[in-house]
Amino acid sequence: MNSLSLFPPPGPDGNITLFESNNELVCGTSLGSRQKQGWEPPSLLFPRESLKPHSRPESSSKAAFLDHRDTLWMRSARAWRDSGLSGLLDEIANCTEEEVPRWLTVGCSWTLALLRWVSSFHGSLFPHLTLSSEDMVAEFSQVLDWSDCAVRAFAWHPHTDKFAVSLLDDSIRIYNSKSATAPTLKHRLQRNVAALQWKPLCASALAVACHNCLLVWHVDPTSLSTRPSSGCAQVLSHPGHCPVTSIAWSPNGSLLLSASPVDTAMMVWDVAGESCVPLQRVGGGGVTFLSWSPDGSRVLASTPSALFRVWETRTWTCERWPCLKGRCQTGCWSPDGTRLLFSVQGEMVIYALTFTDAPGSSKAAAIVADLSETSFSTSQGQVRVGGQVQTMAWDPRGERLAVLLKGTEPEPVISQHILLPVVRSHSTTSIGFVKGESGAEPRLLQFHPHFPNGALLTVCWSNGRISHVPFFFVSAGGSVLNPGGSPPWPLPQSRAVENGERLLYTEMSS
Amino acid sequence: MTSSRSRVIFWRAAASVAWSVLLLPVTTALFAFLSRFSLFHPIQWISESFSLLYGSYVIFSLVLLCGVVLVVGVFNLEYYTVVPSVPCTKIALLGKVLHPQQSVHSLVHSMMGIMVTWCAATMIGGRYWILAAPCSEEEGVTGQKMCLNEYYLFFLLAGAFMGYSYSLLGVVRNMNYVSFQTIQQCKYLRFKGMLPQVVRYSAVQSLYSVRNYCLFYFFFGYIPRAWICTTLNVHEDSSLHRLDTVSGLLDFRLLYHLWLSGTFLLLTWHITLLLFRIFITEAYSFPVQSSFSEDVSQCLPKVLSEKQPLILKFLALQDLFLLSQQSLSRRMEVFSLSQPGGHPHNWNAICKECLSLLSDLSQRLVEYQEVVASNGRARPLSSHSDQRSTSSETLGMSLQILSIESRPFSSSSVNRFVGNVDPSSPWYGSVQSPHVMRRGPKLWTASTGRLKFAHVKNFLARRVLIMYLFNKLPEASSQALFADSQAHIWALEGLSNLVAASYKEDRFGVVQTMLPSILSTMLLLQEAVDKHFKLPHASSKPVRSTCCLEDSTFKTLRFALRAALKTAMYRITVTFGEHLHSVQMSAEHRKRLQQFMEYKE
Repeated sequence: MNSLSLFPPPGPDGNITLFESNNELVCGTSLGSRQKQGWEPPSLLFPRESLKPHSRPESSSKAAFLDHRDTLWMRSARAWRDSGLSGLLDEIANCTEEEVPRWLTVGCSWTLALLRWVSSFHGSLFPHLTLSSEDMVAEFSQVLDWSDCAVRAFAWHPHTDKFAVSLLDDSIRIYNSKSATAPTLKHRLQRNVAALQWKPLCASALAVACHNCLLVWHVDPTSLSTRPSSGCAQVLSHPGHCPVTSIAWSPNGSLLLSASPVDTAMMVWDVAGESCVPLQRVGGGGVTFLSWSPDGSRVLASTPSALFRVWETRTWTCERWPCLKGRCQTGCWSPDGTRLLFSVQGEMVIYALTFTDAPGSSKAAAIVADLSETSFSTSQGQVRVGGQVQTMAWDPRGERLAVLLKGTEPEPVISQHILLPVVRSHSTTSIGFVKGESGAEPRLLQFHPHFPNGALLTVCWSNGRISHVPFFFVSAGGSVLNPGGSPPWPLPQSRAVENGERLLYTEMSS
Repeated sequence: MTSSRSRVIFWRAAASVAWSVLLLPVTTALFAFLSRFSLFHPIQWISESFSLLYGSYVIFSLVLLCGVVLVVGVFNLEYYTVVPSVPCTKIALLGKVLHPQQSVHSLVHSMMGIMVTWCAATMIGGRYWILAAPCSEEEGVTGQKMCLNEYYLFFLLAGAFMGYSYSLLGVVRNMNYVSFQTIQQCKYLRFKGMLPQVVRYSAVQSLYSVRNYCLFYFFFGYIPRAWICTTLNVHEDSSLHRLDTVSGLLDFRLLYHLWLSGTFLLLTWHITLLLFRIFITEAYSFPVQSSFSEDVSQCLPKVLSEKQPLILKFLALQDLFLLSQQSLSRRMEVFSLSQPGGHPHNWNAICKECLSLLSDLSQRLVEYQEVVASNGRARPLSSHSDQRSTSSETLGMSLQILSIESRPFSSSSVNRFVGNVDPSSPWYGSVQSPHVMRRGPKLWTASTGRLKFAHVKNFLARRVLIMYLFNKLPEASSQALFADSQAHIWALEGLSNLVAASYKEDRFGVVQTMLPSILSTMLLLQEAVDKHFKLPHASSKPVRSTCCLEDSTFKTLRFALRAALKTAMYRITVTFGEHLHSVQMSAEHRKRLQQFMEYKE
């Protein structure tokens, strides 16, 4: 098992991590100390102060603008449209006596009380349902501290040197290596962006998970316009399916999955037809995070409860995986789709699951890395690192794993770091911690999908900086085009038995 | 041999009907339970319902309902289509409704509706029990007069009305169109997922039917009543409320029973339809090759090239799509060489069929564009120079071509976009705003012999109603052109997946030889599709239907085709990369391909 104690200590303060070579992270003070090789993605800075977040929490400004002299019918109709049955009941219950007979007001308020009682019962089963939708996105997002982060989502294009960044002001910007224009996408419905993903095998389509819908932008790569009109966006929505916190395109580009913590169904969208097929499974109370394996055969779907599912995509049946401690926070697949790494909230470990097509293989998750707090002695004194996993990324060659840790409570200052173990053919080697500018904490990370000389990690920092850290290495087997299977995991299955109390077992279900 | 393959379809339909029959007792029990609903006597309600379920009437009704479901199932099998016919004008829609085949459908469904409501009325019992009863009036001194039980008549007529509206809405909403799922779920899960929607849809539709029926009965109810009274020699009971009055129709219990019976009727039929669709579209795995010569006609390459029945061709294409994505062993069979001779027969047959499908579509699009382009533009009339066609504006109506019903898999389907004639009459053009008439492509046929006919048409065209009927519906012709594009989408996906897989799996290089023609066919189609989307109405989005049963997949197939085409091109360029430079192709295509390789499409 890998643990943090095997890592080299973090670099000195004031230095930032520049690149990796010979299995070591090189630190320096400025970015310019490395010779350029081909196209370098721009290192961008979006200062938090320059972005104006939407200062309109839901329904706060409603009372200021509504004309209260409407007739009861008008108000009731509007309440029904805006917030459904409870809104209607609330509206009638608050009427004056000359408008509505007294028995109706009393009846409505009783019904409302009953509804609230029932929903509070429902909420006690699934506590996340009591959150406001913005808090819900923040809770289940892969971004650390989503609500306060200048960069809310980031997505590399799977085939070309192009990426999209979603910012705090609900705009999306697209940077392309081949053109100087950086289009800005804005849409009336584009609020609280939780995730972005480019459609594979397509140059232009970008899916955006928004507050109450999904948007699919078609950004013409040859267009010189800096503000594509909102007519370029397809709006996909389904009643009861909001907020959308996670999306996943199938690797062959034909289907789009979307998930909402409120909806127990996961939607399979046929984007061109704007139709969807709900895949309903009641247990868990919603779906928070989706990850499609790179070979397209399986999908990880985690729920807000201590349960996650792994769907297979031929007939869309699923395996249930109940966890012990908490919900599955994040997960990532090996390039060949046979291994799934995931982390569970409340535990400072990374689990691994191996999928084989052979039936009857023992199904148990094994712990592959221990991330509990460890102290390092550096020139500045003791430094403590460790915590729960917020998000993970596995590079497309399967040789580097980047992990973003959530700070533990007593010492949150320096514990947020990225650690990068190398997965070698028979051992995992620890590479080190990636450091950013002083005071900046990492919030989000993603690997470039086809970096020629190794792997390129893109990190979004709390100060609004987006930096790119290249790892130069020679791949052990195969090129990027044919990922010839990820190397065998160093941990034998027997190791899992030793940690018997932490094993997770699956329950087959359809 | 065709029959042996068609047997698959027959057995699937039979299985779906069997399942609907098996589900019938459940829905019937639910109906019986709800029909006795009373809020204030729950115990009595439940005990009554249970005793009702064992009654002989319910058993008899069940037998009758099984027969109804069977007939509905047979009609589903006879009337289904995988390529919807999209009417391009209002008159074409009218023609579809009044078509004899459709009239049979409506008539039979009305009769089935009467039978279902008769069963429902029997199960509810009470005042819906019999047609004629002794009059309640006491002054009847001349002995027992028989009086008409209007509730009974009202109920049976409602059944006929609902059966007819089911059939009518079926035509208007293309309910007989069977679309294929985007994902392959197992049948039980698909049914489970759709069931709540079907129940809701049936309940809502029943509500609308009840409303329409009440309006109908309010205005025309006296006609059937009087007719029944005279033919059966029964009297009208003057002491009771008549039902074609406001007070008579405001009987809440009657409306509830009517709505419930309607929901029951629609639900059983919709479940039958749903099960039929689920069973018939289930993926079928054809063998790629067979070592026995008598089984060759069952194999994928052979089935792909057959024209009839269409559903088998679609299933074969779906199977090709699935095998190209999911099954390594079956792909290897496609790439394999024949044992004596060493020819890639499987690959050649599959590739040829897919390419001919795609080039048919390109040709259809190109010809359509030509027709559209030639409309509204000066064009010398070669064959009809004798006509007094001073006005070169080619305007007119199409009586001959009421609809462009797409006839799939034949490039001849465009034959209906025949050349134009100018039957312009002297008054024409001055009266009619050309604006209205120029909307959409004008397609018509006429010959010199039909000149008189054309005059009449032009005269009629000036009448508003006729204009309304003959005006082309926007984007309908575009929908009609792509009505069978599900086949093209699968062909594109299957072909591109096979080509991409051949990069690693094709040991003999059989795919290499076809690569130039595959690429050029796709690029030609890309060009035609791009041009088509520049036409007016082609890129406007249709209204999405609210329900699962009203399948509107065909309305968006052109968008799906466009997306699938791009994905297919990218799949090939991503896989082969720079190697594509060594493929032989024309300079124009190379330029186009370069766009894809630079991710600029």
